[in-house]
Amino acid sequence: MKHTNGGDSRLLEIDGLKVHFRTDDGWVRAVDGVDIGIGRGETVCVVGESGCGKTVTAMTVMKLIAMPPGKIVAGQIRWQGRDLVPLDAEGMRAIRAKEIGIVFQEPMTSLNPVYTVGEQIAESLRLHEGLSKRAAIERAVEMLKLVHIPNPQRRVHDYPHQFSGGMRQRVMIAMALACGPKLLIADEPTTALDVTIQAQILDLLNEMKDRLGMAVMLITHAMGVVAETAQRVVVMYAGKVVEEAPVIELFGNPRHPYTQGLIRSIPRLDLAAVKKERLEAIPGTVPSLLNPPPGCRFAARCRYAMAQCTEAEPPLREVAPGHKVACVL
Amino acid sequence: MTQYVIRRLLIAIPSLLGISVILFTVLALAPGDPFEELATNPAIPPEVRLQLRASLGLDDPIHVRYIAWLTSMLRGEWGYSFVSRINVDQLILQRLPTTLIVIGTSQVVALLIALPVGVLAATRPYSLFDKIANTLAFIGFSLPTFFTGLLFILFFSIYLDWLPFVYRTQIEATGWRWFWEQVKQTIMPVMVLGLFQGAAWTRFVRSAVLDVIRLDYVTTARSKGLPERTVITKHVVRNALIPVVTLVALQMPVVFGGAIVTEQIFRVPGIGSLLITAILSNDTPVIMAVTFVFACLVVFFNLLADVIYGWLDPRISYR
Repeated sequence: MKHTNGGDSRLLEIDGLKVHFRTDDGWVRAVDGVDIGIGRGETVCVVGESGCGKTVTAMTVMKLIAMPPGKIVAGQIRWQGRDLVPLDAEGMRAIRAKEIGIVFQEPMTSLNPVYTVGEQIAESLRLHEGLSKRAAIERAVEMLKLVHIPNPQRRVHDYPHQFSGGMRQRVMIAMALACGPKLLIADEPTTALDVTIQAQILDLLNEMKDRLGMAVMLITHAMGVVAETAQRVVVMYAGKVVEEAPVIELFGNPRHPYTQGLIRSIPRLDLAAVKKERLEAIPGTVPSLLNPPPGCRFAARCRYAMAQCTEAEPPLREVAPGHKVACVL
Repeated sequence: MTQYVIRRLLIAIPSLLGISVILFTVLALAPGDPFEELATNPAIPPEVRLQLRASLGLDDPIHVRYIAWLTSMLRGEWGYSFVSRINVDQLILQRLPTTLIVIGTSQVVALLIALPVGVLAATRPYSLFDKIANTLAFIGFSLPTFFTGLLFILFFSIYLDWLPFVYRTQIEATGWRWFWEQVKQTIMPVMVLGLFQGAAWTRFVRSAVLDVIRLDYVTTARSKGLPERTVITKHVVRNALIPVVTLVALQMPVVFGGAIVTEQIFRVPGIGSLLITAILSNDTPVIMAVTFVFACLVVFFNLLADVIYGWLDPRISYR
């Protein structure tokens, strides 16, 4: 199951990762065998509906999940060839912000209300780059300018509550990019924003990537976002990767019924106007990850489900170059 | 900021006036007569007593008496004690420093216990440390100060004979020895009050920190690669302190109330014991003045809390 393509040029390789959480009812298998590889400068989208393990995967890369109750049960997270799973807290701190930056879903709550945005951006610069307070604030101004915050000289001294949601997300992006990380993890960065702002933030992410050349791991549940930004797409369902393909291939030839369902559930104004069709939804909800059913986890919601689907779990197999799918079809 | 404090002080005037009206009325309506003692004294004929009452204005209607009290108060005349014949302001100035030192130190002790223990317990919830801290905190604020006070006296003064159990104002010593004697006699009332307050605040600090520690911006701070200690002290504690400040300030009246009890137990000649003796002997001018000083202190602590509040939380602006 190792990624053979690229070899050492891979920036991040998540290999067979299993992250389980202990609850009163037993172990929840939030991430249950996930492989994701990200090359230098590549944009990879991780898609799936809520509760399928996308965020846990991202947080585990940074080792930001609470342990306990969380536990990395199996697998490796190789950062430039080095496994992060056994790395101690101090080793991880050197990677955070400096090598991998992260932007969270909720810009309204992700900034500390009692410090100015400048102080918060400067914090990681002082820590990792050893800048003086003044130099760090100067860099913070540059970062705010980079993410198109008007009047950065003045705004750097403002507090988070003086910014709108979209502006705060720009601040978050500036903060994540301040130390020049090689990878930016964006965990549903647009979900909490309204639609026009969403587009602006996506444009900003694309622009930052072009200018700074870092790799991006974009986590989202919106297929529209995927089409706009990704080079490669990883579709996750119930803690597992069900399909992985280059973006054009995925939209042109989706193989997994879940992926097909996701694509069909994208609202399309053009079709709605002409055919007056109802938007298609995938019936049912994500199964409980406490005691996942045997076999394919999507079987219960799959319109093509057969007897064999509930017996054995279909392995991820390559159906075309770079296109893998975990389905018997 | 200065403007804000000035405006708040101006707002405090009407509330203090209101408080004084209520205090005065309640005291006037309360049973008891400062001349009770004279009534039973056979040497004083009843008509002399009545004349005395009239000359002191005690038979005037309440509002007249209140106005008289207020105007003399504003002139800086606080009246004199019926019992000791000493001016009230002098009496209070004698007693207030002791109370402020005992209460002040005990509050500092309480915070010095509550902050580190509460924060440490919250960062390791349900650990052995947390469980021990919780148990001790529960014991601490379940035991009233008049009980722990007696327990302390029994143990440290009578069994061990380490500490004096009566607070003395006159200590015949100078320099370091004087200081040491002061410390020795202050230690028990301070610890009784401080441990009680500290126990309650420990629980509160713990829950305030627990509320903050799971917030998104704490994860953001961790994602910057900050050491856990910096994350806690810089990002968690400052936010968790905001509700703690409110609680501490709002509890100040309770603390003064509790101090009265503690002062009685340890015979601390503070403002609380002054109030108790004044109440017992119907010494109205002293009762009025002392309760009014308490009211002023409470108003002051609330103002202080609001100032600290604004300093901790930039979302609050002094406008």
